[in-house]
Amino acid sequence: MARKKRELTEINAGSMADIAFLLLVFFLVTTTMDTSWGLARKLPPPLLENQPDPPPIKDRNVFVVLANANDQLLVEGEILEIRDLRAAAKEFIANPQRKDNLPEFKEEDIPLLGKMQVSKQVISLQNDNGTSYKLYIQVQNELAAAYNELRDELASQKFGVSYEQLEEAAKAEAATELDNERVKAIREVYPQRISEAEPKDIGS
Amino acid sequence: MSKFKKGKGKGLPAVSTASLPDIVFMLLFFFMVTTVMREVDLQLKMEQPEATEIDKLENKSLVDYIYIGEPINTQLYGTVPKIQLEDDFATVEEIQSYILEKRAERSEAEQGLVTVSLKVDEETKMGIVTEVKQELRKVQALKINYSTREKLDKNSF
Repeated sequence: MARKKRELTEINAGSMADIAFLLLVFFLVTTTMDTSWGLARKLPPPLLENQPDPPPIKDRNVFVVLANANDQLLVEGEILEIRDLRAAAKEFIANPQRKDNLPEFKEEDIPLLGKMQVSKQVISLQNDNGTSYKLYIQVQNELAAAYNELRDELASQKFGVSYEQLEEAAKAEAATELDNERVKAIREVYPQRISEAEPKDIGS
Repeated sequence: MSKFKKGKGKGLPAVSTASLPDIVFMLLFFFMVTTVMREVDLQLKMEQPEATEIDKLENKSLVDYIYIGEPINTQLYGTVPKIQLEDDFATVEEIQSYILEKRAERSEAEQGLVTVSLKVDEETKMGIVTEVKQELRKVQALKINYSTREKLDKNSF
């Protein structure tokens, strides 16, 4: 109470803005809005030494995509442009006309969807050591897009929502058992089977 | 007081800047929260290819990065694509020990959840990428992610 005579002077806060600006500029400069996006893939486990050969797959069930060192594509024995790859892959996976040279079907009992015709498709991708990474990613992307478009069609036909929406619902915090089941069911009808051949140097 | 005002007329009062610090602080906090300190000093050219069918890499602490591309300093390192782990160039053989080292740092529960993000320049040839993938298979690092930029137009090439 003795101090009452000398009143406490308030600290001048005028420079507060300057200090804050300084910090702000620092964080602005160091920040990297680096959200990582990418194509998620799973590599096959390493080959064991005396591993038996996998059972043979019928030719009609395999969609062969070859990419050479000049970034050209050979799909099922024919030269194809990258922009036509998606449509070709879709036709192969779904085989809408049940053609003889396209994959066979097996009837499977899938939860939520009941009996469905599931194609025995496999996509085999082989690239040369000289293929550019850009083309490789484009091919991977187009094949994934083919699967996703088919899944989309099925999802909107069966559940009335796009596959993307289904996936988002399943990822959300409030995901229910049903959301997960739905995504799983769609994936079971169109399983993504992209097999990459063991690397080979086929002329570069 | 009113005496003085009368003489000077009704000029516009100065805009109060008292809330300026608040605004700046708000921005500051935003950047502090979103900021990710640049982790590595990238010595490679890095133009990532574009793709549409992509997923977001969640949980950065469970991701290891492998960079492949042409060195920026071509006079010193040449133009042959190189691998970079952390801050230094590495050979293909060093990938195994790098992954194992990273794995040892993590708890057992997290080990199965680790993704390896391949950040590769689009001009790179697949040869070196395939070699890296083979090394990853040998150490059972099977979850990978080809890092790409997001392409907005789905049907353009």
